[in-house]
Amino acid sequence: MTTNRHTEVDMAISDRSVAAVPKEELSALLHKMMLIRRFEQKAAEMYARGRIKGFLHLYTGQEATGVGIISRLRDDDYLYSHYREHGHALARGLEPRAVMAELFGKSTGASRGFGGSMHIFDKSRRFMGGYAIVSSHLPLACGTALACKQLGTDSVTAAIFGDGAVNEGSFHESLNLAAIWHLPVLFVCENNFYGMGTRVNRVTATPEIYKRAEVYGIRSERVDGMDVIAVRERADHALQAVRRGEGPAFIETITYRYRGHSMADPEFYREKSEVEHWRGLDPIDRFTDALLRANVSQGEIDEIQNRVESEIDDAARFAEESPFPPVESLTDHVYAPSPLDVRPPGGGR
Amino acid sequence: MAEMAIRDALRDAIRERMLVDERVIVMGEDIGAYGGSYGVTRGLLEEFGPERIRDTPISELGFVGTGIGAAVGGLRPVVEIMTINFSFLAMDQIVNNASKIHYMFGGQVSVPLIIRMASGAGLSTGAQHSHSVEGWFAHIPGLKVVCPSNAADAKGLLRTAFEDGNPIIFIENTALYSLRGEVPDGDYHVPFGQARVAREGTDVTLIGYSGSVYQALGCADQLAEEDIQAEVIDLRTLRPLDTDAVVKSVKKTNHAVVIEHAWRFGGFGAEVAAQIQEHTFDDLDAPVARVAGVEVPMPYSFELEKAALPSESQVVEAVRAMF
Ligand SMILES: Cc1ncc(C[n+]2csc(CCOP(=O)(O)OP(=O)(O)O)c2C)c(N)n1
Ligand SMILES: [Mg+2]
Repeated sequence: MTTNRHTEVDMAISDRSVAAVPKEELSALLHKMMLIRRFEQKAAEMYARGRIKGFLHLYTGQEATGVGIISRLRDDDYLYSHYREHGHALARGLEPRAVMAELFGKSTGASRGFGGSMHIFDKSRRFMGGYAIVSSHLPLACGTALACKQLGTDSVTAAIFGDGAVNEGSFHESLNLAAIWHLPVLFVCENNFYGMGTRVNRVTATPEIYKRAEVYGIRSERVDGMDVIAVRERADHALQAVRRGEGPAFIETITYRYRGHSMADPEFYREKSEVEHWRGLDPIDRFTDALLRANVSQGEIDEIQNRVESEIDDAARFAEESPFPPVESLTDHVYAPSPLDVRPPGGGR
Repeated sequence: MAEMAIRDALRDAIRERMLVDERVIVMGEDIGAYGGSYGVTRGLLEEFGPERIRDTPISELGFVGTGIGAAVGGLRPVVEIMTINFSFLAMDQIVNNASKIHYMFGGQVSVPLIIRMASGAGLSTGAQHSHSVEGWFAHIPGLKVVCPSNAADAKGLLRTAFEDGNPIIFIENTALYSLRGEVPDGDYHVPFGQARVAREGTDVTLIGYSGSVYQALGCADQLAEEDIQAEVIDLRTLRPLDTDAVVKSVKKTNHAVVIEHAWRFGGFGAEVAAQIQEHTFDDLDAPVARVAGVEVPMPYSFELEKAALPSESQVVEAVRAMF
């Protein structure tokens, strides 16, 4: 059993926890992680070829966190994310085609080409968007949760953000609001140790981020974010409590991004050896090791990898061949149709 | 004379001031170890150390407010807000505190603070990262708003900012940081409220600032081929505004076009147009034209973004329509 010197999180995936998960689900988890890994490689390639512009933030290394959490959300739950959200979108079941086409700025993209890499949205999957202003989606998540609660559903709203977000006022204001109103929100902080080039402990008074939620009376814990099974298990636990009406919950996942902050990052601020150390704890490698120990065959794993290859090739081809939105659509959607239909659903009185 | 990029001219001005005044500190996100998002502060951490080059958390309201308090308390802070888009989180501190402390407390204390930020669109960064809302700041009495378009002005205006003693909103253009230009040697300053005639002409006045100056210059070349001689004015500071320079030029050319990347409705261009109208009504041969951004959040898709921003051909069309 290895222990990670950076986090003191136990770094082996336990066989017992793997055995507790149904087999189809295990392959689904692996498939999503591999899909995200390959998607991001392709995106980097397409960025280098000028197909994708602006800012591109890759999720490589953090797959277990998003996949583990999102695998436990129901279809009627809501999910908010920040600008590093391709992986979250794919984990939530958005088509790789729609995500890649959005990165290309095509009209077939999830946000019809109007959003871009940082603003992927899919109403049908209740994927409520990527937001590029750090921490600004946390109040929105509180609001959607308030709506669910007030409208009498038991849907939960999850919000994923980084370690850099926890020093913004909106983070603290959201936690406080969610706590006093017992809102059904699952806050998920992906602690990858850096906000751009700034290491978390240099700018965060309590680098054990999960403790910040505790002071608001929110149930909170830290989990090994490189272990998809552990994340899945803790997410399940937290979501059940939130759904029972016990108020918000908070999970801090310990994870790492392999690539620079964005494609423009010269990475002056960290040693190559640190990146190598974390690559040694790769969430996909660790999970495949555990699966092999659990008698999943190499053949089955290869099959998933092959499926991923063709899905990503298909997504890139689809994005390439799709049309750009016509220039005449520039002013569409600035305002919603007005006036609003004010009849309550079901007719009302 | 030395040729340098705008980012280097800015760094020079900061560094120079830090060498002679211990009270000057720099604060902002990723300005130290990372080297600054646009490379303006690169190397300053190594030279001046972490007490004077302070990497802040991502907490714009907090560190801008701290900058204001530090200025009141005797420091000379330069606060970098990574981009203008994040200044919205600090708007309360800038508008309710920085701009008012001197006035509201009867002139007893002042706020000698420089708030630098990068502004602009055209780099496919999407709706939340493409604002050009300089005009919002220019609306606020108590602030001064500076928008250099070239390296010499960047350095000269930043030097003036250090000596001003008021809260200065110093706006840089994301697309221009690498633009190189001659910068005079020695202790030269560019005063606030003094526009620059970037090109002389007799037939129409094209007015811009920051990035739109280059569009104006491009149009002037095109118009010259049609025998229309355009004069180009670079405002350099939005507040104070050099109304005199604009009026003088329009009295000569009798035609004016204001070009800006911000939205047209309620934008800064409307203020310039109103000033022209107030001061040169009898000299105008045509209504003052405005060429500005389309009234939409910035779309990501490349052709759409291009269509949302003002183009040279729109300016040329606007001028042609006057003759
Ligand atoms: C309010 C605001 N300030 C600054 C930025 C610039 N910025 C973009 S991402 C980022 C770092 C965020 O780090 P973190 O929350 O840890 O997420 P990660 O990128 O590590 O996933 C910064 C400073 C921004 N987008 N929004
Ligand atoms: Mg981070």
